[in-house]
Amino acid sequence: MILAILTISLMAGLFGLILGYAAIRFKVEGNPVVDQIDSLLPQTQCGQCTYAGCRPYAEAIANGEAPINQCPPGGQSTIVALADLLGTEVLELNAEHGEHLEVPLVAIIDEQTCIGCTLCIQACPVDAILGAAKHMHTVIEDECTGCKLCLPPCPVDCIEMIPSVQTIDDWKWSTPRDQLELLKDA
Amino acid sequence: MPKLHHFHGGLHLDGHKAESLTQGLQQATLPERLYLPLRQHIGQYNKPLVDVGNKVLKGHVVAANSSLIRAAVHAPSSGTVSAIGKYPIAHPSGQSDDCIVIDIDGKDEAADPHIKDLTQLSPPELIELICRAGIVGLGGAAFPASPKIARGKTNGIDTLIINGVECEPYITCDDILMRSYADEVVRGSGYLQQILSPKTTLIAIEDNKPEAISSMSKALKDNSLANTELVSIPTIYPSGGEKQLIQVLTGKEVPHGQLAFDIGFFCQNVGTCVAITRALEQDQPLISRIVTISGDNIARPGNWETRLGTPISHLIELAGGYRQGDRGHLIMGGPMMGFALSGSQVPIVKASNNIMVTREETIARTPGYHDECIRCSKCTEVCPAQLLPQQLYWHTRAKAYDRTEEFHLFNCIECGCCSAVCPSQIPLVQYYRAAKSEIRATQKAQFKSDRARIRFEFREKRLLLKKQQDEERRRLKREALNKKRATSDETDSATDPVQAALERVKARKKAIQEEST
Amino acid sequence: MTSVIVSSPYVAPVNSLKRLMIQVIVALLPGTLAYAWQFGPGVLINICLAILFALGFEAGILKLRAKPVMPHLTDFSAVVAAWLFALCLPMHAPWWLVLVGIGFAMVAGKHLYGGLGFNPFNPAMVGYVALLISFPREMTTWYLPGSISGETLGLADAFSYTFGGADIQQWDALTSATPLDQLKTGIGLNIAIDEIRQAPLFGEFGGKGWEWIAFWWVVGGLWLLVTRTIRWHIPVALLGGMLVISSAFYLIDPDIYASPLFHLLSGAAVIGAFFIATDPVTAATTDKGRIIYGLLIGLLIYVIRVWGGFPDGVAFAVLLANMCVPLIDYYSQPRVYGEK
Repeated sequence: MILAILTISLMAGLFGLILGYAAIRFKVEGNPVVDQIDSLLPQTQCGQCTYAGCRPYAEAIANGEAPINQCPPGGQSTIVALADLLGTEVLELNAEHGEHLEVPLVAIIDEQTCIGCTLCIQACPVDAILGAAKHMHTVIEDECTGCKLCLPPCPVDCIEMIPSVQTIDDWKWSTPRDQLELLKDA
Repeated sequence: MPKLHHFHGGLHLDGHKAESLTQGLQQATLPERLYLPLRQHIGQYNKPLVDVGNKVLKGHVVAANSSLIRAAVHAPSSGTVSAIGKYPIAHPSGQSDDCIVIDIDGKDEAADPHIKDLTQLSPPELIELICRAGIVGLGGAAFPASPKIARGKTNGIDTLIINGVECEPYITCDDILMRSYADEVVRGSGYLQQILSPKTTLIAIEDNKPEAISSMSKALKDNSLANTELVSIPTIYPSGGEKQLIQVLTGKEVPHGQLAFDIGFFCQNVGTCVAITRALEQDQPLISRIVTISGDNIARPGNWETRLGTPISHLIELAGGYRQGDRGHLIMGGPMMGFALSGSQVPIVKASNNIMVTREETIARTPGYHDECIRCSKCTEVCPAQLLPQQLYWHTRAKAYDRTEEFHLFNCIECGCCSAVCPSQIPLVQYYRAAKSEIRATQKAQFKSDRARIRFEFREKRLLLKKQQDEERRRLKREALNKKRATSDETDSATDPVQAALERVKARKKAIQEEST
Repeated sequence: MTSVIVSSPYVAPVNSLKRLMIQVIVALLPGTLAYAWQFGPGVLINICLAILFALGFEAGILKLRAKPVMPHLTDFSAVVAAWLFALCLPMHAPWWLVLVGIGFAMVAGKHLYGGLGFNPFNPAMVGYVALLISFPREMTTWYLPGSISGETLGLADAFSYTFGGADIQQWDALTSATPLDQLKTGIGLNIAIDEIRQAPLFGEFGGKGWEWIAFWWVVGGLWLLVTRTIRWHIPVALLGGMLVISSAFYLIDPDIYASPLFHLLSGAAVIGAFFIATDPVTAATTDKGRIIYGLLIGLLIYVIRVWGGFPDGVAFAVLLANMCVPLIDYYSQPRVYGEK
């Protein structure tokens, strides 16, 4: 009886020491989970998830404060990737936050109407709008993430979201199996 | 004759070359209208340099760009630009792309050539002339020639390889080119030697082209090139691939992530040599090429020297039309690596070495449906890249694209050997192409999102800094004010202004009270 | 967009599953005929029954799985599996034995894993082993080859046993142990091998009659090699592995360990090497891997025969090696062009 208790306590102590040592020896700096989640998010910084950008949303997911299905630009593939990373269940995209578009949008400014108020420049999360006060503004198309954050501040409604131009280089081969699915659906 | 080596796998295929060699090289007539895609090379789009309504002469530059990997497009004949817009082009997607349309006037007027004394020109000047002529590799890949030569020049070339192998079935354009223009091929090789100064030059031709070999060896004798050897190599597909040809001739492999000129080899197609000769000697840009028309549904298969931009329908007419019915299945390139075209209105471009016209049923396969893989590994046996095609297939099927990269998906040269031998008739190459395009799209999206993240984080940092700076400024202002106040307090501490004011008010109130009483 | 873009190569297919399977069937013919000549028509009845049942099971389960039935039935993969399975059975077996065995092979061995191409274990061997463990008495009642007894069971008797459940003991003179069985029992009784092999059951090299069947399996196997239906790696490694280990022990003590030639030419070694272990679906896929796989089976067959509880070990050896295939494949990848 005493021997058993002694043995168990000894083992408990030993494992405790090993675990304690491992915690110090293999301590991971920072919070890599947030970085990993952030790297899976599409970085549109659109705030449709109700957080102020992709990183805050990543932090919220890491802390268990937000579900993984609030990112419409990422769509189902991002949800699957997040579920894979976090070992959680794959959810359907929450429609309250918006719908996923296959072809991303870009903003264009109607330069005839623009009054040069700089409000959109201040709203753009990725500095993709060029211009100065009382001068015409324009969108750097390659840098635009299609977040739509420039739309509400514009006093003259001169910004429009259009599908980004798909060139012949964006065309993708599909596998015979996917083609078969497509034929079945048609 | 160097000792020849083998590459792994490969196939002995039915050549089907005799059909298109029954007649010699013919000159194609001009069509009424030429459709010139703005981009006919690997690299960035060219910008049109002409407007609708402009008159152009044969050889005028009509589209160009200024990136490093570039090849301008020239007017193949004289006429008027009638439209610039989207027209069907030769692309596996069957989609349309930007083209310049020229209504030709039939005069075929050319601008006056500026012919230079080539012996006086330095290698960079020669490369510049080749660049201006818009020359690309004419073997099918259409990689611009001048940047490739320039890189070869800087890296230093040990062996120059002139590729006259032409291993794909049905194609005979290089064969007929070597028979007809052997001198120009050899002179072009000479100019490449002049630029690259290699130790040896090998001209490789598959042993199923005896006529080409004999005319080339005659031309070689006539032109006396230094350290140049004609090598006849065994006929096995795909020995015409650059990596495979280097392996056959030298036994060396191009390490992954490097190109032939990184290890001292420089390959150029025989057709490209002719284009270089014409560009240098006659100041003639790349405006035509030899195209083979072959297949089981064309009346008179053969080879035509064709202006770029000629619609394929025009060539089909020249070749006597379809043998059966009024349409055929069109393939650009060979049956192993080519791609199906959307229709006969597609124009000939710099990369079009062959047009295969087949009956619909010749390549009938139920789209999408195939038997399951039985893991027989016939594909592994024939793969010239020594890959494990079935592992690639399983991982692509499972959409585990990172695993396909572990199995070296991007070493696949898409030669089609695996698909051709598969007993389950799985279109393996299509799976790999799908996986590759999926991975490329993901990389592109990742690149974009990484940039967005950097820009977002930079902006956050900037805003934070601005906020801190604003606060700092406010703090300094406040401090300055306090300091000022403190000093003024010291100077007149005896008379507190508030106290004084209160006393004044008191005094006034007192005075008023006294008055009223 | 409903139009489908099909990628190159645009060449007529040179090979098909059906062609591959027919080649295997053709290669099986000489050995099968020799087998039937030695042991009577029961062998052929078994094969026909097994094929019939196999096609029935295949059709039924394909229907259940909502897969196209005809393309799969006509690729003949079920026929080949049934044929090999039937060759493993005793020459005369009651019909229900064939039904249970092939049913288990097709349903549990093949389709529960996803059908052709997805099964990790050789279906014929799965069916055989299931029977061997469940019905040991029926599965070990073997017969004397015609070259010893001078007669074989006639067609009518064979039918009456297979379908009518006639008493097996009435042909007592014809039933017997297999040579490998006899050897094992003899060694267990401490009889020297020389003495055991005096029995009429044994021939010059292996079991009498069995030697000739083995010869015809080799002929069929060589034909498969010539037509490149199979590659040399597995058969050579398998037989080589057996040869090496059996020679080693034969040299140590020829009284307890039978000669290498006896091991090669008796039991299912040869048919296993050319027809069973080479089943592409369940074998290793790389050249190096196939050699390892073949060697492993060869060694396992010998180990099971000499020290195991069963007289022959081909089925167990193949199933054990099947389990190792993913590991073998992973560690035997060839060097890729341009990589170190």
